Amino acid sequence: MSLVGLMWANLFRKPTRTVLTLASVTVAFLLFVLLRSISAAFDSGLAVTATERLIVVPKYSQVDDLPYAQKQQILSIDGVNGITHTSWFGGTYQDPKNFFAKFPVDPLSYFDLHPELDLEPADALQRFARERTAAVVDRGLMETYQWRIGDVIPIQGTIYGKADGTRLWEFQIVGQFSEYGESSNFPLFLFHYEYFKEAAAFGGDSVGNWIVRLDVPDRADEIAQKIDALFENSSDPTKTATEDEFNRQFARQLGDMGFITTVIMSAVFFTIVLLTGNTMSQALRERIPELAVLKTLGFPDGIVFVMVLGEAILLCLVGGVIGVGLAFSISRGLAEALEGIFGSFTATPVFAVEAIVLSAVIGLIIGLIPALNAQRLAIADALRR
Amino acid sequence: MVYAVSLKGVEKQYTKGKELVPVLAGINLDIEAGDFLALMGPSGSGKTTLLNLIGGLDHPTGGEIEVGGQSLNNMKAKALARWRSENIGFIFQFYNLLPVLSAQRNVELPLLLTRLSRKQRQKNAATALEIVGLSDRGKYKPSELSGGQQQRVAIARALVADPSLMVCDEPTGDLDRETADEILGLLQTLNEHHGKTIIMVTHDPRAADRAQHTLHMDKGRLVTGAIA
Repeated sequence: MSLVGLMWANLFRKPTRTVLTLASVTVAFLLFVLLRSISAAFDSGLAVTATERLIVVPKYSQVDDLPYAQKQQILSIDGVNGITHTSWFGGTYQDPKNFFAKFPVDPLSYFDLHPELDLEPADALQRFARERTAAVVDRGLMETYQWRIGDVIPIQGTIYGKADGTRLWEFQIVGQFSEYGESSNFPLFLFHYEYFKEAAAFGGDSVGNWIVRLDVPDRADEIAQKIDALFENSSDPTKTATEDEFNRQFARQLGDMGFITTVIMSAVFFTIVLLTGNTMSQALRERIPELAVLKTLGFPDGIVFVMVLGEAILLCLVGGVIGVGLAFSISRGLAEALEGIFGSFTATPVFAVEAIVLSAVIGLIIGLIPALNAQRLAIADALRR
Repeated sequence: MVYAVSLKGVEKQYTKGKELVPVLAGINLDIEAGDFLALMGPSGSGKTTLLNLIGGLDHPTGGEIEVGGQSLNNMKAKALARWRSENIGFIFQFYNLLPVLSAQRNVELPLLLTRLSRKQRQKNAATALEIVGLSDRGKYKPSELSGGQQQRVAIARALVADPSLMVCDEPTGDLDRETADEILGLLQTLNEHHGKTIIMVTHDPRAADRAQHTLHMDKGRLVTGAIA
């Protein structure tokens, strides 16, 4: 037997209580790792960006459109050497749960401005530009839905119906692309803008946003201000930002995951500290005569302090380790389920280390007061209880 | 002459609110090594308080306490804890074993404070259990043992570190007559054959009869004088 063995034995004095406390700590750290992973997945969705690109969106709401006529005015600004556009199409493939972004784009200018996208097969871009119902798709998305080149994909229009009154849009896949050989964190389904323009009941003369390429990335702020100034007094004012900043703002529409994670985890850990702290205090009160006996036998105050504190830390550490283990198991399944939304949802060793350090700190907070009380226990008084 | 225990003018007071409550008033007592002393007296007469002072569990308000030639008055808490672990064996009325540990591990507990190896600690605990006649009960938890067996385990725990002085606070108070006789016989054996000095607080005259000397206390004073 050792002091750690004694601490461990003491933890299981009331097995039901310990198991329930352990379960609550485990769930807290399971949540911690999963929420950290989700938050990181949101951030990683913003990772692949190019500083030489600006995004021009409607100033007041991204639900608004921008007139197609702005294209030439933006191109005329000194320092701008390319422009393309995307629009949020919405739409559902088979089931609303099958979420991925669908953008009508101008094929040639879009891929010209996105050289990081490797399109295959070799004639894909030509076919995409030539065939009005053609679509090109992120490679990860192809794998997720087991699509093949040549497949016709039916999309039910949720925002945009067709001019003929129907809502079924059909696209034939003519190519697939990846970012620097990797599946994208934000997988896209791209189809021909001309088809959208001709067939849509409305919206054919406008775009969702402009993507602008600069000569020199260093001039991004200056040119962004010029673009916004150009349309400041028009009926369609704009808000221009670098692609990186735009993506960040887009993610914030879904919610500031970092903030949400922090708020949820603060509430969870506050509750854990209160509940487990109360349990530890109760366990200590029940053991006062035993602690007095230990001191009687010659255990110094310092060792009694370390033992009580150690029990709290041990309990939280065990809960933390189990929670981290469960989170890693679950995250594998979740990663597959969320692959269409976040390409990189994964629990990393960094989160595990954070969780385990945090569990030790919570154990320290929970155990400190009971340990101090145990240390100060007067033997003669305690033996009489 | 060096006594096993020497008390000179020992006083103890407790504060109850703003009031000072005297518990011991000028106790003078010398106990020789190898003695088996019974302390008797009515409840509240100060027997347990005196035992606690001798065992280094509490500090006197006044007077001097020497145990084995060592003055306890000015010892700091840490030094006193170490001294207790090396010199005193404690036996309580309600055994005070740790319910989560087996008998063997309860006995081993005081040895965790020593530098003995794990193997040696286990060997010493097994020897102590053998002395009290419980070598076959080492793996049992306290809840699986009878009252008499639990008190034997407590005695094994008290003697495992080989202390010279054993202080017992009503060791038979929770036992039936037959079991109490067995425990008292065991204490006598430890006194006579192992040379332990024993101070035993008891209400039971038959238990006191097993001691070499009996002292009576009343209202914080020794009714009978020094015994040496």
